[in-house]
Amino acid sequence: MTDRHDADLSSAPRQYVAAIDQGTTSSRCIVFDHDGRIVSVDQKEHEQIFPKPGWVEHNAAEIWTNVQEVVAGALEKAQITKEQVQAIGITNQRETTLLWDRTTGEPVHNAIVWQDTRTDALCRELGRNVGQDRFRRETGLPLSSYFAGPKIRWLLDNVEGLRERAERGDILFGTMDSWVIWNLTGGPDGGVHVTDVTNASRTLLMSLRSMEWDERICASIGVPTAVLPEIRSSAEVYGTAKGGALDGVPVASALGDQQAALFGQTCFEVGEAKSTYGTGTFLLMNTGNEAINSYAGLITTVGYRIGDQAPVYALEGSIAVTGALVQWMRDQMGLINSAAEIETLALTVEDNGGAYFVPAFSGLFAPYWRSDARGVIAGLTRYVTKAHIARAVLEATAWQTREIVDAMKKDSGVELTALKVDGGMTSNNLLMQNISDFLDAPVVRPMVSETTCLGAAYAAGLAVGFWSGTDELRANWRRAAEWNPQMDPAARDREYQFWLKAVQRTMGWLDETD
Amino acid sequence: MARTIQSLERAAAVLRLLAGGERRLGLSDIASAIGLAKATTHGLLRTLQQEGFVEQDVHSGKYQLGAELLRLGNSYLDVHELRARALVWTDDLARSSGESAYLGVLHQRGVLIVHHVFRPDDSRQVLEVGAMQPLHSTALGKVLAAYDPVAHNEVMEDAFPAITERTVTDPAEFEKGLEEVRSRGWASDLGETWDGVASIAAPILDRRKMPVGAVGITGAVERMQQGGTLHARLVAAVRDCARSVSRDLGAGRF
Repeated sequence: MTDRHDADLSSAPRQYVAAIDQGTTSSRCIVFDHDGRIVSVDQKEHEQIFPKPGWVEHNAAEIWTNVQEVVAGALEKAQITKEQVQAIGITNQRETTLLWDRTTGEPVHNAIVWQDTRTDALCRELGRNVGQDRFRRETGLPLSSYFAGPKIRWLLDNVEGLRERAERGDILFGTMDSWVIWNLTGGPDGGVHVTDVTNASRTLLMSLRSMEWDERICASIGVPTAVLPEIRSSAEVYGTAKGGALDGVPVASALGDQQAALFGQTCFEVGEAKSTYGTGTFLLMNTGNEAINSYAGLITTVGYRIGDQAPVYALEGSIAVTGALVQWMRDQMGLINSAAEIETLALTVEDNGGAYFVPAFSGLFAPYWRSDARGVIAGLTRYVTKAHIARAVLEATAWQTREIVDAMKKDSGVELTALKVDGGMTSNNLLMQNISDFLDAPVVRPMVSETTCLGAAYAAGLAVGFWSGTDELRANWRRAAEWNPQMDPAARDREYQFWLKAVQRTMGWLDETD
Repeated sequence: MARTIQSLERAAAVLRLLAGGERRLGLSDIASAIGLAKATTHGLLRTLQQEGFVEQDVHSGKYQLGAELLRLGNSYLDVHELRARALVWTDDLARSSGESAYLGVLHQRGVLIVHHVFRPDDSRQVLEVGAMQPLHSTALGKVLAAYDPVAHNEVMEDAFPAITERTVTDPAEFEKGLEEVRSRGWASDLGETWDGVASIAAPILDRRKMPVGAVGITGAVERMQQGGTLHARLVAAVRDCARSVSRDLGAGRF
């Protein structure tokens, strides 16, 4: 997507910022100009390794090779030299865990991906008599197999001789940000071993208030602090790239992918929130300099920290099944031929005909956290057609968004002013209107859909002075579309009650098992 | 190289022409659109009719797709699919042109707006998805009329009401305008639908070069024009966008 419409009036070469997005299925590099516009993109997928049911791994060496290739590819497509790149930023799949040898740079095992559930039993064991909230006050997180700490422990327990090597200081741990930065800055030859506050906040090992590794928790989980990287801010120069396509360019930001999207959507004020609608959905709301404990089933996380400024916290709620439900309608039910057709089918009727679909396929997530729940379609009568079900499918995503926003309001006392959206499902006009109707708030889509990479680029650009501050970034933000509530309040309340009743009917479907 | 059967290719061309929303075409329309003699075309249509792939309306004598074909699967391009594929390109168009971008398809003798990207200036704007625009005065409508024989039929059958003082109301003059659209590959509307507002649009084609919609930008005449002509930069941006979406559709499975 090279774009050369604008006349280049100055004779000096134009300056850019590059962002690496080391994601779950692929690595990408995007070059942005000063207006935050995309100049070029390069992308490469990597192998998903499934050694056993529930296990998911990545080959970290393959990922590093791909990262180098996409960086070179993006520069080439943009037809620019590394001298024109002011800084490089990194955003990454969160929680994916890697241990490697500090001397050789060789990973000691495949990276364990965030989706991997091999530490389920370990997490229950670590909960002891307290349960999954054992470390929640300090870390903001429930004890769950998603997070990095228990994955480190699993590797130390299961790779021959690894614990001894780790305790001797020969082994380094990192999430994918650390792995990419360490390699970019020289690897075994002086690479810097750092992570940023957002990634560190997903390990279950960092104290949210002090922004330091919590030694007591590290000891409880069984992680020697010698393996841990230094925790730095999200936007500062960690080092400069050594060798490769970016030799000499400052490496200047790291943010977990959802936090990067929050940053790219310029949610810099308390109460501003973004929601990314993909296979699943992640909603993050800026809560300012205060870490708010959640009593409503959300996660407390670090939103970002710019240099030595105070950290900005966020509340996070995730919905497991959103786009995945549309895919299920297409692949398992065969009611539509393509995901986009769900809107066509839904628009053939006026309303849901009384049907509600709660896609608790693997239990209920935020804000309920009920693993004994399973999906239901409620309110069926002979009147209901497949088109009504299509409506109910879209409404399920909208109602679940409403539940998370309600939980955020309950925890923070902050009223959501508008919801900034991104992700593939934002092309669904009816869904966006439903979300606005159910939230009774405007829903806005920005013009740059690549908010994750943009966030990493913004943070890196701030660190090197390419952009002057968050006000300038905010001025770059452009509204591509806005949906406003059109629903009658009484109808909203009535339908929300039906939705909540349908949710109740999913619970307790499975008998209590471990 | 495998040998191909010409009459099957021709039958396929007829079906593609008839594929889509509520499309009905007469014998001569079909014959001229696919470039065959009327007698040959009639033979093709009768065979297709026997197979149930085509039906003939008893009153008008026009042809449309038959139920049998629809039963084989709805293969037409879904407008929401079109929007999903056009999304990144139209965002880029709005951003590079500084104007609002629209995607339109033929629907009920007019242009249905299926996608709209705001002008990137933070002003208050209302989403116009679902709105209808006239075929005979808008840039989107002219593109559809120039490239899609069904749209052409419909616009020529209807009246040409004057919406502004500049609207072309003479069918012959309109037809001449369409020839120009075809030869240069894009259409314009200079205050013909809204006073002081100009638009530029270009066709989106699928991999069989069938028109599936039109994409364009709309803005104040003062911004869009310089010295009486439209900015070449804006025309290029619209055409780039149309080509990108078309390329994207060609890679698809329909």
